[in-house]
Amino acid sequence: MTAVLEMARTLRRRVRELTGEARWDDYLAECAELGEQPMSRREFERLRDDEREHLPGEGRCC
Amino acid sequence: MSTQSTHTPPPPAPMGGPRRMDAKSIAIWGTVAVVGAVCWVVLALSRGEEVSALWILFAALASYAIAYRFYARFIAYTVLEVDDTRATPAERYDNGRDFDVTHRHVLFGHHFAAIAGAGPLVGPVLAAQMGYLPGTIWIIVGVIFAGAVQDMVVLFFSMRRDGKSLGQMVREEIGVVGGIAALIAVFAIMIIILAVLALVVVNALAESPWGVFSIGLTIPIALFMGYYLRVLRPGRVSEVTAIGVGLLLLAIIGGGYVDQMGIEEALTLSKEQLTFALVVYGFVASILPVWMLLTPRDYLSTFMKVGVIVLLAVGLILAAPVLQQEAVTDFAREGTGPVFAGKLFPFVFITIACGALSGFHALIASGTTPKMLAKESQVRMIGYGGMLMESFVAISALIAASVIDPGLYFAMNSPAGATGADPATAAEFIAGLGFSITPDQLTQAAAAVEEQTLISRTGGAPTLALGMSQIFTEAFGGGLAAFWYHFAIMFEALFILTAVDAGTRVGRFMLQDTVGNLWPRYADLSWKPASWSASAVVVALWGYMLYVGVTDPLGGINQLFPLFGIANQLLAAIALTLCVTLLIKHGKVKWAWVPGIGLAWDLIVTMTASYQKVFSDNPAIGYFTQRERYADALDAGELLAPATSVDQMEQVVFNSTVNGTLQSIFALLVLVVVANAFVIWFRAVRAGSLPTTEVPRQESHLVQPSDFIATAEEKEAVREWETARRGTGAGSHR
Repeated sequence: MTAVLEMARTLRRRVRELTGEARWDDYLAECAELGEQPMSRREFERLRDDEREHLPGEGRCC
Repeated sequence: MSTQSTHTPPPPAPMGGPRRMDAKSIAIWGTVAVVGAVCWVVLALSRGEEVSALWILFAALASYAIAYRFYARFIAYTVLEVDDTRATPAERYDNGRDFDVTHRHVLFGHHFAAIAGAGPLVGPVLAAQMGYLPGTIWIIVGVIFAGAVQDMVVLFFSMRRDGKSLGQMVREEIGVVGGIAALIAVFAIMIIILAVLALVVVNALAESPWGVFSIGLTIPIALFMGYYLRVLRPGRVSEVTAIGVGLLLLAIIGGGYVDQMGIEEALTLSKEQLTFALVVYGFVASILPVWMLLTPRDYLSTFMKVGVIVLLAVGLILAAPVLQQEAVTDFAREGTGPVFAGKLFPFVFITIACGALSGFHALIASGTTPKMLAKESQVRMIGYGGMLMESFVAISALIAASVIDPGLYFAMNSPAGATGADPATAAEFIAGLGFSITPDQLTQAAAAVEEQTLISRTGGAPTLALGMSQIFTEAFGGGLAAFWYHFAIMFEALFILTAVDAGTRVGRFMLQDTVGNLWPRYADLSWKPASWSASAVVVALWGYMLYVGVTDPLGGINQLFPLFGIANQLLAAIALTLCVTLLIKHGKVKWAWVPGIGLAWDLIVTMTASYQKVFSDNPAIGYFTQRERYADALDAGELLAPATSVDQMEQVVFNSTVNGTLQSIFALLVLVVVANAFVIWFRAVRAGSLPTTEVPRQESHLVQPSDFIATAEEKEAVREWETARRGTGAGSHR
């Protein structure tokens, strides 16, 4: 049972890494570790949007 | 994050290196080899009998497995000497943005989504005019010895240079002349690729109200998703993707009712109208903030891409269709095919670029991906493995095109000037080619997928959609042929549009960067006048080529697709030249043959094709002979079919000139790069080796497996490392 739960947790984590949602999880964990108050999800995603705007961006191929 | 820690966990032991094979793995690989060999023998010997598509599928899978297990491993450990004790750029710079240590399975997904698009779907469909066998052989052999090698080696060298781009590496490692030539070539080739991809969409949507309805709705769906992520529920990507896909399916189903909704006529658009719409869309999409349209559209198209490919593989195995196309048609020998002109050599190798060898991948492999690798040895699974997967997509597309009745296939893919765009004349034309189909059958085939006509629906997308619809209908039942057809059209158009958005943006960045060398302010990405004008230039360039293709009386696809294929392969020549150069500069001249095989073949093919397209005295092949023929007729006051007016005659003359000139320029640019590289090879061989811009080695403190499936030792090593890291208090959340 624990093995199944562990697998489900890993799978969920991989999916969230794929969609980029894991960035938020990582940020929360980092804040908790450092004992800092995290910013709101909205602020966090705004910052990520701004970053994306200025990165050359992933090309999409033919 | 491990780099922030001053306590250092014990350095990892090198993993995944070459090992001796035990009896069990010899037995397994022996079996794979036998299965592969049997499939190839069946394909080689079957003529004029019923051949199941599964022989192709399993010949491909067995060949890929062996190439990946042995050849890719040899390249990684012997040729490139990947070193897992050496930190990757992602580990050293880990900034949570572009440099980001990424789990190998996740990175495989990202990389695959970036390299795979409409290319591997369209090329094989067109190449099916030569029969299924030439395409099958080239896709499989080409990927193993050229395409996957290119992707993996470029990825490796870029990783060793902190993720430098292809253009930068050519400039620094080969020379300024080669660098400038490469820069111009990359930009020009990108414009052609965007134009041809857009042309495929235009041809798929013209006179198809259902298609226009569904594709049109993807824009408000993407805008809604963007709004959702920005305002309603920030960051919930999985959630909004699920909603988006649901809406997408509704949009496809809804398209079946355009007639009842009374908007059928309004949505029946001509090619010119669609061209205009695409150009406006491309411009707007590239200047809007990316969160509004580009990012959400990318989520949708990536999900659909992976989903449909899996669905197609399952469908193929369930349906196990029989190939209808001949193994090798007469067009392969005679070069008189209506889909594109020219003989098997060199034109099959040009038409199928993506899936066998695609230069465009070198741009991805030297862009985002190298900055995300956790371990050096992962270049094998990401670079080589990712390209094998794309090759599998190409094989599936080839099968889908080959299960269609050949008469119908040629009716769909011959230009309107040849078929007369009417069932009666088309049936006559097909009979002339040596295949048979009745006008009635043509009308019925169109009615079955609820399209007004299937005649001269060139560009590959409608053919692939029809093949997929046949396979899915057989595999899953339910008489949903029309739904599946439009589902497939939607899926192709969706990611072509994503490529157009993203490509225009990348082109804009390239232009701003280049002009910025002379006028620094222009490179400022947030300066509106620069970004708007650069976007406008890029859109105008591909929009113009698109318009040329759409209005070409001779048929845009058969005129432009060879240009696209050659351009893509010429880019591959530049990338492979760089690979050979770097191996020689690193003192590994004895391994230069590894990318060298691909380079030699690619140069032979592209230069032969370029020569024929420029100098051939056959007007169907040589652009300038074609130009002369029409110019002479114009002077004599005659009209040459399929042109029906003086205007069209002038258009042919003009288009042939443009295409021929572009073709010559591309080939010359590549020759400049190769000639420049030759000088460096000579110097490096004489000196034994030459200094390169490779960054110095730094010890790695990360432990991660190399391959898709971690070995028992790797799992154990990762576990030990994680325990040690927790002990030192270094970042625990990864």
